[in-house]
Amino acid sequence: MYDGGKIITGIIIFLLFATFPFYYNIGKAHVKPDPKLDTPVIKQLKEKKCVESKAYMRANHMQLLDKWRNQALREANRTYRNEEGKLFEISLQNTCMRCHSNKQKFCDECHNYAEVKPYCWDCHFVKEAKEGGAAK
Amino acid sequence: MGALFSLGVVIALVLVALVGVKGAHLQPLFGVVIPYLAVITFFIGLIYRVVKWGKTPVPFHIPTTCGQQKSLPWIKYSKLESPATGKEVFFRMALEVLFFRSLFRNLKMQRSGERVVYGSAKWLWLGGILFHYSFFIVLIRHLRLFTNPVPSFVHLIESFDGFLQIGLPKLMMTGVILLAAVTYLFLRRIYIPSVRYISLPADYFPLFLIMAIATTGILMRYFIRVDVVKVKELTMGLARLSPTVPDGIGTIFYIHIFLVSTLFAYFPFSKLVHLGGVFLSPTRNLANNSRMVRHVNPWNYPVKVHTYEEYEEEFREKMVSVGIPVEKPLETKEPEEATEEESEGKE
Repeated sequence: MYDGGKIITGIIIFLLFATFPFYYNIGKAHVKPDPKLDTPVIKQLKEKKCVESKAYMRANHMQLLDKWRNQALREANRTYRNEEGKLFEISLQNTCMRCHSNKQKFCDECHNYAEVKPYCWDCHFVKEAKEGGAAK
Repeated sequence: MGALFSLGVVIALVLVALVGVKGAHLQPLFGVVIPYLAVITFFIGLIYRVVKWGKTPVPFHIPTTCGQQKSLPWIKYSKLESPATGKEVFFRMALEVLFFRSLFRNLKMQRSGERVVYGSAKWLWLGGILFHYSFFIVLIRHLRLFTNPVPSFVHLIESFDGFLQIGLPKLMMTGVILLAAVTYLFLRRIYIPSVRYISLPADYFPLFLIMAIATTGILMRYFIRVDVVKVKELTMGLARLSPTVPDGIGTIFYIHIFLVSTLFAYFPFSKLVHLGGVFLSPTRNLANNSRMVRHVNPWNYPVKVHTYEEYEEEFREKMVSVGIPVEKPLETKEPEEATEEESEGKE
C-alpha cells in the first residue's frame, strides 16, 4: 500500500468514531425503565385507566399535553373529551399529577432513559408527593 | 427514466418492509438481522474500498493548484492553493472536507451580450453543505437511542437543534433542513438540462433513499408516533450486541430502519463512498513539491540504461583514435605517446 501508515491511521480514527455506540455501552448496566403506577390515588381507582388508551398515551402523551396546553391557556377551554366521550378537566397539576403524583418514578423513569428533558417544569412546579416519589 | 427507476426501487423497499412486518411479522429480521448485516457490510466494504485505493499507484504527480507555486525564497507562494508541505496539504484538505472549498468556487459560464462572463454559482455548495451537516447532526442525535446513559454532547446538540420549541416533541431544525436540501439537490438534477443529461439511476437512488429515510423519520417523530422507549430497547439491544425485539413498535419504525440498513449496505459500493474517497483524491492530497521532490511512477519497471559515462568507457579508444573529443582522456601516458607518434608521422 502507498502511504499505508497514513491511510491505516485514517481508517482507525474513522472506526473509533463510527463504532462509538458499540464500545461506549460496554460495562454499563442497561436498566430498562420501569414507570411505577402505585400511587395512593391510582390504587383507589376502580377502573385503572388514563384519559386515553395505554398504547396511545405511551406514544402520544406529549402531543396530547401540548394540545392541552394550547387549549387551556390560549383558548381558555379546560374541558377535554376523550375517545370514549368521557370529559376531563385539562390541568397538568390537577388531572395528570393527581394520579401520577410520583414524577420521579413515573415521568422521569422513561424521560431519563430516552434522554428527553421536557420543559413542563420550567413553569409548573412539582407537588410534594405523599408517597412513592419525592419532590424534585 | 433514471429517476423513475430509482423511485420505483425505493418504493419497492418501503413495500418490502411494510409487507414483511405487517404481513409476515418478520420483526426480528427487519429489526435485528438486516441492520447487523448492513452495518457489517458497511464497515468491511468501506475498509475494502479505501485499502484498494491505497494500493492503487499514482503514476503522475497531479495536484490541482490555483496559486503561486513554491520556488525561489523571495517569491511569495500560496500555501493553501499550492501547498508545498504536508502541513499545508493538511489545511487545504481540512478546508475541502469541512467546508467544500472547491465547490464554493463553482462558476457558471454566462453570456453577457457579446461577452462570456463567469458568474458565481453557490447554490450547489449551499445545498450540499446544508445537506451534509444536517445529516451529520441527525446522525449524532440518533446516539440517544444507542447509548445509555446518553453522553452530554448529544443533549447539547439536541437542545440547539430544537431551540425554536415548536410543538411537542420539539421540532428539530436539522430534520427539516435535511429534507429540504435533499429535495433541492434532486430538483436541481431534474431542472438543469445538462445535469439531467448526465444523471444516472445511481445518482437518483441515494437521493430518493435519503428522502424516504428523512420522511419516515419525520413522520415517526411528529405524526405517526411510535413508543420511543420500546424503540430504544431495540436499538440498545443492537448496540450492546444482545438484541431484543419488543412487541408493539409501529411498522413505520421498521420501514425506517430497513431504509437506513439499505443505505448502509449500499454505501461502500456507490458514489456515497466519497466519504472515504475525498481523503484519497490525488489532485487534493498531494503536495505541489515537484520542483523539490522527484515523483517516481510506482509501476515503472527497471529500465536498462546505458549512461554516457559507460558509453565513453566502452568506446574511448576508438573515439580518441578518430579524434572525437572525450570527457575523460585515455590513460595518462598513452595520449603523450600518441602525440609523439603523430609528430613522428608528420616528419
